[in-house]
Amino acid sequence: MTIAIRAEHLSKKYRIGAAQQKFQYGMLRDVLTDTFTAPVRWAKSLAHRSDNPQLPAQKNFIWALNDVSFDLEEGQVLGIVGRNGAGKSTLLKVLSRVTEPTIGTVSVRGRVGSLLEVGTGFHPELTGRENIFLNGAVLGMKRAEIDRKFDEIVDFSEVGQFIDTPVKRYSSGMYLRLAFAVAAHLEPEILVVDEVLAVGDAEFQRKCLGKMGDVAQQGRTVLFVSHNMSAILRLTHEAIVLKKGQLIKRAPTQEAVDFYLSSGQAETGERLWGAEDIPAMSAPFKPIALRVKDRSGKVVDTVRSTEPVTIEWEYQLDAPVTGLRVGMYLNTMRAEYVFTAFDTDDAKQFEQFGARQAGHYFSRCTIPADFFNEGRYSLGVNASSFAVRRYFMDDNALSFNVDITGAPGTQWPEVRQGPVRPRLNWEIEKVD
Amino acid sequence: MAFQTVSHEPTTVYIKPSKGLAALHLRDLWTYRELVFFMIWRDIKVRYKQTMLGAAWAIIQPVMTMLVFNFIFNGVAKVSSDGVPYPIFSYTALLPWGLFVAALNNASRSLTSNSNMVTKIYFPRLVLPVASVLSGLVDFAISFVILILLMFYYKVTPSWNVLWALPLFLLLAIVAALGVALWLSAINVKYRDVNYALPFLTQFWLFATPVAYSASVISPKWRLLYSLNPMAGVVNGFRWALLGSGSGPDAALWVSVGISLLVLVSGLFYFRGMEKTFADTI
Repeated sequence: MTIAIRAEHLSKKYRIGAAQQKFQYGMLRDVLTDTFTAPVRWAKSLAHRSDNPQLPAQKNFIWALNDVSFDLEEGQVLGIVGRNGAGKSTLLKVLSRVTEPTIGTVSVRGRVGSLLEVGTGFHPELTGRENIFLNGAVLGMKRAEIDRKFDEIVDFSEVGQFIDTPVKRYSSGMYLRLAFAVAAHLEPEILVVDEVLAVGDAEFQRKCLGKMGDVAQQGRTVLFVSHNMSAILRLTHEAIVLKKGQLIKRAPTQEAVDFYLSSGQAETGERLWGAEDIPAMSAPFKPIALRVKDRSGKVVDTVRSTEPVTIEWEYQLDAPVTGLRVGMYLNTMRAEYVFTAFDTDDAKQFEQFGARQAGHYFSRCTIPADFFNEGRYSLGVNASSFAVRRYFMDDNALSFNVDITGAPGTQWPEVRQGPVRPRLNWEIEKVD
Repeated sequence: MAFQTVSHEPTTVYIKPSKGLAALHLRDLWTYRELVFFMIWRDIKVRYKQTMLGAAWAIIQPVMTMLVFNFIFNGVAKVSSDGVPYPIFSYTALLPWGLFVAALNNASRSLTSNSNMVTKIYFPRLVLPVASVLSGLVDFAISFVILILLMFYYKVTPSWNVLWALPLFLLLAIVAALGVALWLSAINVKYRDVNYALPFLTQFWLFATPVAYSASVISPKWRLLYSLNPMAGVVNGFRWALLGSGSGPDAALWVSVGISLLVLVSGLFYFRGMEKTFADTI
């Protein structure tokens, strides 16, 4: 058999610290001081570099990939599992040559295409037709190849009659369908699918998976990243488990998934923050855990839309804080906000809890039944004092699935648009 | 294994950390020439979208500048224009100068404004600044039409030299612009200071280039130093080729050519060296 991908001792070092913490505080004062001290810090860093090259480096870097080696034969479908930050996306980025490894080598046989770059290079002012050619060229297709597949792409995208309209006039659904259609017709030797980053509604994600299945059946090599274990089990023969940048297991999918789930690092409806995950500048606020709970109080990864859901954030205050509000953003996987809410939004609550003593706290809220639509949602958290300081923020702290069995309208097997699926009180009146 | 005929044998790519001076891999750029073409085409298609005057801006900008220069430097300051009517004298210089400035402005932002492409897919990053520089040629061609009209109006007939000299001087302008653009675009990925410094840079550069005045006012002992500015060579060359003013190619021109090539080659190496960090720092 021919080897499609051979990775040897692949490691990738990322800089953390200064660059990421820079805009943790949104305050003008901080931005100003930051701006004026920038030249000083720059001079200092130069001085540092000359007298001690090792020390600051140790502190400001993390290894997103650490000595990862594996071979993948042509025609294999490999699943990649691991929790957020385990290095899955970094691995795919190195394989698709977006970023260079720090150490190690990979040889890749054939063109790598990915379904996470849909719409890259699209320009809103250009028409659908023009964007197909542009996007195709960006993805590495030859003009003749695009010409040949053009009709097929338009059919697949279902935007036929708007093909000569600028894409800025498209609905977001049409835009995604067109973008996906181009990416899906690239026909690479190696297909990379990062479902974690995949945008789009449930139907769109199904389309992605369907396309992936087709590609695998044609005997091409596929790398598939997902948090969805049933999709991994269904679509891959073999999987690798990544943990903190290291490859800790490679086995037939069933065995790898069992290992992953039992090793306690799976996405379980709970996010725990260790000391190393909390930036020093969030003190005195210290997040401990964020949990999604069902009606019976069990921590779950999948909730039912017909039941209320409780979101619970556990944290520690090491010193008294005034004006505190602790809250969350709810996002769809398409990164659209559904809502933002804080525990002291209510004026009375703010009077009582705006100033909080040091101590161990829970902030809990319940999202009523018949709120969510089908799909995966992501929770961001934020603890701040309005216009004073932002203590802690994580845009993507935890994600969970929603199952819509029994929700309104499920007697029709169709996809309902929109992030919410309320049960409305319809009145039907016959007037004549 | 049975012998099979395949339409194309997949090529194997070796991905490894680059060390020291990165190889230029200009062949990569050639492989992606269609992308260069499409990026130029996109730039041009989009440039004057949702403007009322559209591509007329390519003419209005140099013509207005020429009128202002004519008023200040010819009308008020009475600057010598080597016996050529001042409007055509300055307009001839404004053409390559406009190309140069537009190239720097567009190319220095080319990586940052396409950051979604840079962070998501592989392609030779050189495509972006190269396409931005080349897309300026369309505006150049449009504004060149006005020059031809001016030449008819002032009854200026170029010598046969124009046929070989003009393309070569245009090439020199592009080489100079691309060299500087490569440096600026790569620096801009990490230090957005470039966006703020660039307006000053181009303003000072304009004064150091004989656009509004004639290079003949520079005393001979400073000539060589002055020609370290490649745009001085370009502008003088344009005037010589089109209007017959000045002395034509001399030693100073070779200094300009040498500097342009030096900036281009060093820019290519610098860009290639920084390229590997683009996706992480942009």
